[in-house]
Amino acid sequence: MMGALEKQRHILDFTLSSLGRRKGKNIALAIVYTFVIFLLASVLFLSDALKQEAGLILQEAPEMVVQRLVAGRQDLIPTRYVEAIKAISGVQSVEPRLWGYYNDPFSGANYTLLVNPELNNHPGAIIIGSGVSRRSEPGKPQQSLRKNDHIPFKTSGGEVLTLQVKGLFPSASELVTADLIVISEPDFRTLFALPAGQATDLVLKVRNTKELATIAAKIAQIHPDSRPILRDDMLRTYAAVFDWRGGVILMVLSCVFFAFIILAWDKATGLSAEEKREIAILKAIGWETSDILLMKFWEGAAVSLTAFFIGIFLAYLHVFLASSPLFTPVLKGWSVLYPQFRLTPHIHVYQIAVLFFLTVIPYTVVTIVPSWRSATIDPDAGMRM
Amino acid sequence: MIRLQNIRKVFNAGQPNEFVAIEGVNLSIDAHVATALKGPSGSGKTTLLSLLGCMARPTSGRITLKEREITSLPERFLTEIRRETFGMIFQQFNLIKGLTALENVMLPAYPRGERHASLKRRAMGLLELLNLAGKASARVEWLSGGEAQRTAIARALINNPAILIADEPTAHLDTALSREFMEIMRQLKNDGKTILIASHDPVVYASDVIDRIVEIRDGRIVSPGDGA
Amino acid sequence: MTLQRKSDIFFCSLLIGALLICLMFADAAVSQRLDRKWIEERRAIVRVLALTDLCLTTEARYTRHPSMADLHTPFQDHPLSLDHFPSGALMLPPPHLQPQDGGE
Repeated sequence: MMGALEKQRHILDFTLSSLGRRKGKNIALAIVYTFVIFLLASVLFLSDALKQEAGLILQEAPEMVVQRLVAGRQDLIPTRYVEAIKAISGVQSVEPRLWGYYNDPFSGANYTLLVNPELNNHPGAIIIGSGVSRRSEPGKPQQSLRKNDHIPFKTSGGEVLTLQVKGLFPSASELVTADLIVISEPDFRTLFALPAGQATDLVLKVRNTKELATIAAKIAQIHPDSRPILRDDMLRTYAAVFDWRGGVILMVLSCVFFAFIILAWDKATGLSAEEKREIAILKAIGWETSDILLMKFWEGAAVSLTAFFIGIFLAYLHVFLASSPLFTPVLKGWSVLYPQFRLTPHIHVYQIAVLFFLTVIPYTVVTIVPSWRSATIDPDAGMRM
Repeated sequence: MIRLQNIRKVFNAGQPNEFVAIEGVNLSIDAHVATALKGPSGSGKTTLLSLLGCMARPTSGRITLKEREITSLPERFLTEIRRETFGMIFQQFNLIKGLTALENVMLPAYPRGERHASLKRRAMGLLELLNLAGKASARVEWLSGGEAQRTAIARALINNPAILIADEPTAHLDTALSREFMEIMRQLKNDGKTILIASHDPVVYASDVIDRIVEIRDGRIVSPGDGA
Repeated sequence: MTLQRKSDIFFCSLLIGALLICLMFADAAVSQRLDRKWIEERRAIVRVLALTDLCLTTEARYTRHPSMADLHTPFQDHPLSLDHFPSGALMLPPPHLQPQDGGE
């Protein structure tokens, strides 16, 4: 046992000396490898944490939302639809919901406007999210809207409606409220010239969640132009958004994979003449084939493991302490308003294991396999050089 | 010590470039004796040496080491025996560049899993013996010809082998260093080692350190020295 | 020689690396505990305001409210027009819109 451990340490000593001979090249290799793992891990951490967060938060989303579709597109829903739906057994409450988008002509940002009945007694008042309060007009310094400040809105009729900030959502809630402006119903209808009797959609509460599907079917029957969306659909939407099979995650993974192939190419195309010579010498002085392969294993493992630990740790710092500055341009896209939030770390051993199997193992294999042939040469080849 | 019986070695058998390196060789090497293999280049010296050093297998014939037949031993056992019994000195020294002299000396012992401290001590002892203590942590590229030669000898001795094999050890050395080499061989023979040197350098085979000269030409032994 | 054995240095580094990973998990556990009240706050806001989506991007309607989107919103200019918002490349249509078992 002791002998076996000592042997590993000896061979590792040699391998590290060997790597140290081409210090520049191997350090560059390690840096690139670390960066690859860093990117991979960052994507994994970010998407998993957001998925967790979405799952937790949206558990409180409405049980069912009913939209109306006209010519395949979402349209306003008449509030009289409420009566027939309320009559369905199992439905506890049906409320019309008013919400929409407003593009601020001054800053170019898109806000989500949402009506809350609590404000109906306070006309002219709004509650805004932190992203809204960071409103900035081009050429002017960034504002920091506070309580009692005024914001001008342009109505669909072309007039100006000025509303006063009566409250701000806490910045810790940016993930759900960054672009939100909660407004009273009269103001909303004035702003968008929305006639009474129309709403954006309906929100349902049911007595027994197991009956949601049945109730949804009944609603579709009563109002064929309606489309019910269940809470499960909403949760699955976000699970799918952050799934590794979707969109940019797959793209990043593919890029990373190709970067990895390029990295390993140098190894995979076989040994240099210098390396072959060295193996011949080692065999001549008494190393067995298995010792040579062990050395190659450590060569791959030494670089892999170092890059692995550093890459993962940096990824953690990148995503959870620095809030993913490298990904911000991608996620932000063309948004003018972008939520700033510090994500709660949700990491799992499974992620680490996946990263390990995707990177360390292939690289180590790619270092050993091409050496197989050279490792099995006869010892007397060392004499004939 | 080592006995070769009816040894025949063919390279690239069955192919157009088939080449018979060794033919019908019967040779017996005694212990504690310094034997020189003399012959022109292409005579099969190196092949014979590698067969004697258990680094290659004969195409036909038997090889016995210390009364034990080793011709058909599997590679693992053969390598272990070779590691314990033989120390190799190569024509080009074949030191691993980029490593220190000390690391090079310790290399053959690495697979044995010996404790690092005692291995290092032994290696340093050998370097001291060969007046290389000061160069222990120097990279081998920086060593002079003589220092590299002595490092190669130290490396060959690290596993305390009974038999030392050297293939044209003085090919790249001047006369003074060649004589120095033979003096070291004398010392080692006195310590009880068996020496086997292949060389066409008169400084080697004509030296009084050598007890027996085996002449080889075209893959056959033309003069077995004294006794077969 | 007074230098440490290279393999010893390496194993030490690996150990430190493993410790860093453990530190990561510890930090995650602690942060989750500390952030619990913020998560509760966000849940409360979602409940009171009847929200259905996270505010991840404010670029386009169907990426701001992906669960409320319909299949046609991205293609409002022309049925064959490609996504012209970067965030549209990140988000596929939600599962309940994709043709699976009796979808749209």
